[in-house]
Amino acid sequence: MENAPQLILIGGSAGGLQAILTLLPDLDPQLNAAVVIVLHRQSYYDSVLTELLSVKTRLQVKEAEEKEELLPGVIYIAPADYHLLIEGDHTFSLDYSEKVNYSRPSIDVTFSAAAWAWRSRMAAILLSGANNDGVEGLRDIHDAGGITLVQDPDTAEVDYMPRQAILAAPVHHVLPACEMAAFINNFAGTVAG
Amino acid sequence: MHVSEPEVHMLLNDVLERYGYDFTGYAPASIHRRVNHLFQADRFPSFAEFRYRVMTDPEYAIRFVEEITVNVTEMFRDPHFYATLRQEVLPVLATYPLIRIWHAGCSTGEEVYSMAILLKEANLLHKSVIYATDINTSVLERGRKGIFPISQMQQYSRNYMEAGGLHDFSSYYTANYEYAKFRKDLGGKIIFSPHNLVTDGSFNEFQLIVCRNVLIYFNKTLQDKVLRLFCDSLEPLGFLALGSKETLNFTSVSTKFRQLDNREKIWRKNHL
Repeated sequence: MENAPQLILIGGSAGGLQAILTLLPDLDPQLNAAVVIVLHRQSYYDSVLTELLSVKTRLQVKEAEEKEELLPGVIYIAPADYHLLIEGDHTFSLDYSEKVNYSRPSIDVTFSAAAWAWRSRMAAILLSGANNDGVEGLRDIHDAGGITLVQDPDTAEVDYMPRQAILAAPVHHVLPACEMAAFINNFAGTVAG
Repeated sequence: MHVSEPEVHMLLNDVLERYGYDFTGYAPASIHRRVNHLFQADRFPSFAEFRYRVMTDPEYAIRFVEEITVNVTEMFRDPHFYATLRQEVLPVLATYPLIRIWHAGCSTGEEVYSMAILLKEANLLHKSVIYATDINTSVLERGRKGIFPISQMQQYSRNYMEAGGLHDFSSYYTANYEYAKFRKDLGGKIIFSPHNLVTDGSFNEFQLIVCRNVLIYFNKTLQDKVLRLFCDSLEPLGFLALGSKETLNFTSVSTKFRQLDNREKIWRKNHL
């Protein structure tokens, strides 16, 4: 499994989009990681969101599809109004069950599923937001041996979610959005390297 | 405390052998999550006690099956989908003397009542029979009553209007304190009946099968098996409607269907 892709999970709520737009342009185009973004939002912005993120990076950006295999160098967006799960065989599953933390997709659901399923290295990043979603997921990621990272609350548009995470979950790093791309590049390495 | 992957596997095998419910073809991540959720919600001190309860208490086994399957649904979910049914599918169904529709995995029946309303407004309900099936008998019982939480009606009314609804949505139900009871004439053409997509076979031939957000819980092998069941249960030129993130592409029956031109998740079975 030495060439198995790394997994980068990014969760954000209110204000999270701004942080994602900040970090995307500096991601290495040869990134040896699959990136999964779970962002709380209204469903009708779906196609707009993919386009919005696509113009900020040379990596491919697409909505995660049912049974699709996670590949390095691709940024996957959790579709609106479904939970996004990750299977042990590195494919996605969708789930239309009850909202979690008033949210679907829920960051906790994706983070916890990844913690259970992913056998390679992973890092989870929690961004700006106004609720508790993602805090439990960060704990699961940590317990599974992954790296946890939270946006510096002083730099977040809405600091509640990152502050909750720092209080309630084991957090390895606290960084402003502008320093996250360097962390991700360093963590994942490049496909060629 | 946590139920591990091998323990979940063990439990599913128990349930299959003891009760005949086969969850071994379900996508593991969702099952794992829901089994753990139930384990924690019911406060079992250990996996052994959890397993013992499932194995020895048939009533609890029913709860187990209900809780590890997803029963979330709503009326007129994805209004564009219903608008397409109204505009493209119902006019074709109208040409048949008797319309047979199967809602597979209907849960508490919100989508089935949505369909009944569409048929009513197209003046087709009187010559329709809708079979609504699910693995869980208790959700079917709720569907049979046609009683849904009043708190949802505002959202459903919005969906209904977006789907091209012709009337005042509230004319379809009588409101109580907490519940909305849907009109008897809507439910009169619906037959709620248990059916397990994993183990039960075809029971009729239909012109339309609706199965939305059910296949996402199955692994690829089981998806293919269920899609073959649907294919065998459809008349030539019959319609198959799936959820907004589901597809027939890359499945064992893809060559037997053609998707409608507007890219909604509705496929039409070929003539031969």
